[in-house]
Amino acid sequence: MNSPYICGPKPGSISSAKHILTLFRKDLLLEIRQQYTFYGVLLYVASTIFVLYLSMGEPESTVWKGLFWMMQLFICINAVAKSFLQEGKGRLLYFYTIAGPKDFILSKLLFNALLMILMSLVSLGLFVLMLGDPMPNPLSFVAISCLGGISLSLVFTFLAAIAARAQQNAALMAILGFPLIIPQLLLLSRISNIAFEDVIQGGLATMSAVLLGLDLMIIALSLILFPFLWKD
Amino acid sequence: MIRQKWWKILCGVLLVYTFIAGFLGGVPAKPILNETIRNLYFHVAMWFAMMVLFIVSVIYSIRYLRTNNHKYDIYALEYTKGGIVFGLLGFTTGSIWARWTWGAFWSSDPKQLGAVIALLIYLAYLVLRNSMTDMDKRARIGAVYNIFAFAMLMPTIWIIPRLMESLHPGGMGNPALDTHDIDARMRVVFWPGAVPGWTLLGVWITTLRIRLALLPERRESLHPTPNQARKLRNA
Repeated sequence: MNSPYICGPKPGSISSAKHILTLFRKDLLLEIRQQYTFYGVLLYVASTIFVLYLSMGEPESTVWKGLFWMMQLFICINAVAKSFLQEGKGRLLYFYTIAGPKDFILSKLLFNALLMILMSLVSLGLFVLMLGDPMPNPLSFVAISCLGGISLSLVFTFLAAIAARAQQNAALMAILGFPLIIPQLLLLSRISNIAFEDVIQGGLATMSAVLLGLDLMIIALSLILFPFLWKD
Repeated sequence: MIRQKWWKILCGVLLVYTFIAGFLGGVPAKPILNETIRNLYFHVAMWFAMMVLFIVSVIYSIRYLRTNNHKYDIYALEYTKGGIVFGLLGFTTGSIWARWTWGAFWSSDPKQLGAVIALLIYLAYLVLRNSMTDMDKRARIGAVYNIFAFAMLMPTIWIIPRLMESLHPGGMGNPALDTHDIDARMRVVFWPGAVPGWTLLGVWITTLRIRLALLPERRESLHPTPNQARKLRNA
């Protein structure tokens, strides 16, 4: 472990940022070449929303909002679960030799956050297209759904790492993730009220601050705890 | 310390005191609450005990990650189980209380939601552990999840219910552990009696279970060297 040949470069150096960027570019390149996650999840989103449209037409705003966040949850599980499960044991060993665990988890967090932002925007568009547009303030909801996408992706990235190390499938991720994600979903659904109601509600700034604080805490925890998952 | 008797006797004495003084002692007459205010000695004190057990469990998880000593993993697991039992007790006593003050066992109050989320998170911890067979891996991944879950649980049960409307005492002007809500008669039962009493009971149950869980490992080393034997005895 202490041998310089196995140990990754010291985190915090300039090369750390380079490693993160390289790993991120690798994920992006894989995605662009393979075009599996994006189109797979896109089809999943489109068909689910279409089924919702067939079964309920244009729902009222409370139902719309609830469906939207539930949809984000399932998109996130589908999109993020792959990020670790697709890496085989041999490939993980390879990354272990060329990069530090912190670089690796940061690149995954970054990639999944961007993926989820994209997915949130796409599903928001499809929701408006098929299930109607009950929002008086759609622009603020775009920002909220990006924030929500990032929050969900952070939690599920770390849980995907746990599930992958436990050599389990996405089902375990759902079991672990659903209780843990409830606080964030509650906060998000409260915050998104501003897009649906003209009346400005109190405590909005506090709730957004709590959500951002949670996100920062998850990043910090991932950085601290992932090295323990990593070594075998 | 664990094998000593004095704290078990203390636990019994404190709980007997809690029950006698809790049911017979004087309480301030509050509207709606009336005599149900005595639930403070049981419901609230059990939540205190649960929090203590979960905190101890996280400390042992951190110690496991730092030392890789398998014993600490068993400690963390058993303290979590003890915490879950006290969480269920706290939830049940709260529900019964809510039936006679709010009118229903369940009214999807933020505090109740927070309690259910906390229990689900820790039940998921048990499921995660059972999904792995390799002992080291189970211990390490379990410890990582335990720390992560604990850090996520804190905002759930301490911050978020405070941001929402709640009927629960302590929120929206409802009475709680405040200086003007409970008086000196209640405080001398709650702080020195109920809280340490229930906590000690939780620790007692957990240490018994830890000794039971460590037995098979002890049996494996039937003929230990004197040095190992001393180590085992101190375990």
